[in-house]
Amino acid sequence: MTDDTAQIATPPGAQDAPMLRAIGISKFFPGTIALDDVALTLHRGEVHALLGENGAGKSTLIKCLTGAYKRDAGVIELEGVAITPTSTAESQHLGIGTVYQEVNLLPNLTVAENLYLGRQPMRGGLVSRRRMVAEARAVLADYGLDVDPGEPLTRYSVAVQQVVAIARAVEMSGKVLILDEPTASLDRDEVQLLFSVIRKLKARGLAIVFVTHFLDQVFEISDRATVLRNGRVVGTRLLNTVSQHDIVTLMLGRQLEAKVHDRQGGTAGEMLLEVADLGKRGMLEPFSLALHKGEVIGLAGLLGSGRTEMANLLFGAVPADGGTLRMHGKEIRVANPRDAVRHGFALCPEDRKTEGIVGDLSVRDNIVLALQARQGWMRPIPRAKVNEIAEHYVRTLDIRLASLDMPIRLLSGGNQQKALLARWLATSPDFLILDEPTRGIDVGAHAEIIALIETLRERGMSLLVASSEMEELVAYSTRVIVLRDRRQVAELTGAQITADNIVHAIADDPARGAA
Amino acid sequence: MMAGAVQGLLKRIMPQLVILAAALLLNFIVFPDFFHVDFRNGRLFGNIIDVLNRGAPTALLCIGMTLVIATRGIDLSVGAVMAIAGATAASLVVDGHGWFTALIGALATGAICGFWNGILVAVLRIQPIVATLVLMVAGRGVAQLITEGTILTFLNPGLIRLGAGTILGIPTAIVIWICLGAFVAFAVRRTALGMLIESIGINEASSRLAGINSRVLLVCVYLVSGLCAALAGVIVAADIKGADANNAGLWLELDAILAVVIGGNSLLGGRFSIVASLIGALIIQSVNSVILLSGMPPEFNLVIKAILILGILVIQSPKVSYIWYMLRASGPQPQPDRKTPRPHRATEEKTQ
Amino acid sequence: MIRSTHLPLIVTLVTFVLAFALCGSQYPSILSTRVVANLLTDNAFLGIVAVGMTFVILSGGIDLSVGSVIAFTGVLLAVILRDTSMHPLTAFALALVITTAFGAAMGATIHYLEMPPFIVTLAGMFLARGAAYVLSTDSVPIDHAFYDTLQGIYWKAAGGGRFRLIGGLMVVTFIVGAVVAHRTRFGQNVYALGGGAQTAKLMGVPLAQTTIGIYAISGGLAGLAGIVFSLYTSAGYSLATVGVELDAIAAVVIGGTLLSGGYGFVAGTFFGILIMGLIQTYIVFDGTLSSWWTKIVIGMLLFAFILLQKGLTWATTVRKRRATGSAALS
Repeated sequence: MTDDTAQIATPPGAQDAPMLRAIGISKFFPGTIALDDVALTLHRGEVHALLGENGAGKSTLIKCLTGAYKRDAGVIELEGVAITPTSTAESQHLGIGTVYQEVNLLPNLTVAENLYLGRQPMRGGLVSRRRMVAEARAVLADYGLDVDPGEPLTRYSVAVQQVVAIARAVEMSGKVLILDEPTASLDRDEVQLLFSVIRKLKARGLAIVFVTHFLDQVFEISDRATVLRNGRVVGTRLLNTVSQHDIVTLMLGRQLEAKVHDRQGGTAGEMLLEVADLGKRGMLEPFSLALHKGEVIGLAGLLGSGRTEMANLLFGAVPADGGTLRMHGKEIRVANPRDAVRHGFALCPEDRKTEGIVGDLSVRDNIVLALQARQGWMRPIPRAKVNEIAEHYVRTLDIRLASLDMPIRLLSGGNQQKALLARWLATSPDFLILDEPTRGIDVGAHAEIIALIETLRERGMSLLVASSEMEELVAYSTRVIVLRDRRQVAELTGAQITADNIVHAIADDPARGAA
Repeated sequence: MMAGAVQGLLKRIMPQLVILAAALLLNFIVFPDFFHVDFRNGRLFGNIIDVLNRGAPTALLCIGMTLVIATRGIDLSVGAVMAIAGATAASLVVDGHGWFTALIGALATGAICGFWNGILVAVLRIQPIVATLVLMVAGRGVAQLITEGTILTFLNPGLIRLGAGTILGIPTAIVIWICLGAFVAFAVRRTALGMLIESIGINEASSRLAGINSRVLLVCVYLVSGLCAALAGVIVAADIKGADANNAGLWLELDAILAVVIGGNSLLGGRFSIVASLIGALIIQSVNSVILLSGMPPEFNLVIKAILILGILVIQSPKVSYIWYMLRASGPQPQPDRKTPRPHRATEEKTQ
Repeated sequence: MIRSTHLPLIVTLVTFVLAFALCGSQYPSILSTRVVANLLTDNAFLGIVAVGMTFVILSGGIDLSVGSVIAFTGVLLAVILRDTSMHPLTAFALALVITTAFGAAMGATIHYLEMPPFIVTLAGMFLARGAAYVLSTDSVPIDHAFYDTLQGIYWKAAGGGRFRLIGGLMVVTFIVGAVVAHRTRFGQNVYALGGGAQTAKLMGVPLAQTTIGIYAISGGLAGLAGIVFSLYTSAGYSLATVGVELDAIAAVVIGGTLLSGGYGFVAGTFFGILIMGLIQTYIVFDGTLSSWWTKIVIGMLLFAFILLQKGLTWATTVRKRRATGSAALS
């Protein structure tokens, strides 16, 4: 339907039959369709980018290809032969190797041991360590690495480890190489090291899938790109025929219509919080920020651009390298979340499950948790008061539940998110940080949370909301800060706040995006 | 309100009560006089009283152990701490101090031991099983150092009364463990401690982000465990009128862990019930009693205990509960999301 | 070349050399072959069981059952030799089969039911000890000509040291253990498991097979240690070797193996055993020091090595985090 068949041109120079062809791949999870009739064709000597925002279905597709998931429908052909791998080991054996963002090698083994785990060179029934090291040295030299394979893996940088992981995948499999966000934790030079390896492998005729959130890198190394959204392929493009802007538009699924921002933003109330040069090396470049009462700052940027990092630094969840915070003009110290809570900060983290809810605890306890933690254990909130608070928020936020006593993990995503909001609203914060508050929740709750942000702003609360949904940011932000490559690249105010402008700022060269 | 809480508690401890009833019934079957209680020489006598009395050390230990396990930890050192505390109390009275000084001294040693464990776990971030192993290994040596290798006997009537005396005809040990158990169970529920402990046991990252001071709480929990162990150590020493550094509390840490597990508390931390653990301790003691009364050789005691652990663990195992869930998947229960716990794997290493 | 992963092993070696030198300077007679031979003989069963424990701990697990398994094996042999006419060698084979199967069953429980090794082997500990009680509560003496023959085998070194069969068996076990750990695919898989079960699985390590194999080895070696112990004491007693699992764990850790798994060497455990044996020997030679100092010193050593390991892991994670940047967060 959205597929633009004319654009699925074979890359120039690829006349032979495709290396891998996946047709009609579907995967269902209870209640959701993760992949819906997805097609993907990979040619020999091609770097094929797989793009899409979180939840678009990229990782599900990869897992179906590698056999980590069992697909519910569709055909996968490797060199014309239909395959149905049931485990990653089997797909590796068939020729599909995968390298993940977090290096999937063992930190306690040496480089050579990692490279040859499970297929060590043997001599006289025993592993020949000398041959293993020698062979490893020769293989890695092919990849442009001059390392001592007898050293522990962790002695080397993540980039080197990543290349070792690639070498392992290629040496074991050798037909298709899937790179799942391999550059997410690399700096610029390291990325170039990785790319030189990818180019070599491309020349060797491998079909390479490249998953990333960094569009510059996509255009630098890839031949074609397939964009997924909501479990469907929304287009496959030859990258030398399109612009970054086109790709971002495809990813975000927005028609670029101008929508005028109707809110008088800016200095709504008195100054609440001034942040100066807060940052952490390798995580987020120092940034400054002035926040007024009754202001909602939207944080825009692709995944990995530094949104979550900014939220965590402000809340003291990750200690900053330097910088100062002033609240109501007075300098404050936020070294950990406890300090932050004491100063009236609140944070709904991005990863609701591992950093937000306390799964086995009742909804009631989850709601009063932060308030109770701030009061200290000596002063328990009386049972009646607890019930009053919990019931209040269940009513005002319309949290749907069978009982306040049920463990919070049994609630749906949207209701969990509302309960987390309730946890923080119960502490009557001055400054509320929301990191992706609407991810993975149903449409109804989605609208309610957006309305709630509006209400809180009107009541004079200050908010910082990180989101990857442009429409949403436009709807509630009085100011939008755009992050890219872990630093602030633009700030939009007033009428500048349109989805179009945000998309431009995200996609365009930093120099052009700066407003 | 109060009635609701009692009802909730009853519902929670029902399985344990049923097992306890079954164990007591077995006792009754093999020994019809089991429930017979006499009042002689100002003291209650009877098999059921024995069960309560002999179960005292395990019961005391499992109070602290329940809290430790609720934080996803474990305290292997309690047996050794018992030996140290018993030795301290004995050597103090032998040196001529009063029984109260001895008791305070023993409790102080227990507190120091618990504090040490807590620092290792909460501040140095050493896995609990490893951290408490140090004291488990060295503790008995320390106890022997205090008793100078002998079984330090004493005659101080005040101290002996703590283990072998009676209060209103009830053996002191029983009074102590019931009072302490009730006090701690009550205290953690009347303050916010219980909830905060459960919270860090279930999800420490979330708890920290909610502003909970998990470090201090962890230290406190190990401290309480040390105190409970010290008290148990004093009682055991008072009972035999001497401190035996080699055998006091030997393997009792395992009984205490077992009691907590029988009490339905997950070794993976989270929701806990001290009352259920205490019933667990009584179940263990009742099983011991059945074996004794039935004339079965006491050799079978350990085998039965092992089978008991295995049975309970299989029921508690995440894999089995997952299969159980799959069997009745038509219901609205979502699948357990805390599976594959491997507390021992290096990947779980917490760094801060 | 000195690598950071070798550091704990080096510390162990240095500790051993220093301790030996210290003992030697105070009591020159400690340096005799007699003392060395006794060190090997007295610690033979502990050494053998510590080899198995090294595998278990390298994989990130723990085995609390070994002390009980040793006692069980001893009682089993004693009872068989008392009540039947079975030849000791057949009895040895039977004991090894039973204990290996027992270990394998624990491994299978750990893997398939996804239960913590600590608690499974705790149950195993009760079970094995209980089984020993059921066989016999009394100490059963072993009186068999074949035992006398085995006990009579020794090599007399210059200086009067008698290197007995069981000491030799321990050394052989260590050598075989080291080869298996470092020079076989199984051994590499053990390290892989200790480095991270999930990653190991993704890299194609057969988890079930490896886990079961590890605990089978530990069980089997505990059985072998039981045989050695029965040769050492000429008896089987169900209350024997209580707490040996703790000694074995301590030896492994003092030998430089990380308790959280993944790092360590079988050879290190050998020196861990020797250090512990040396402490005991020193205390015996001293005469004025009481035996409890053994436990205290071992506990302190244990603590020192745990701290050292913690420091090393900490250093590597800090370095790694610096390299990874925000990866941990996103």
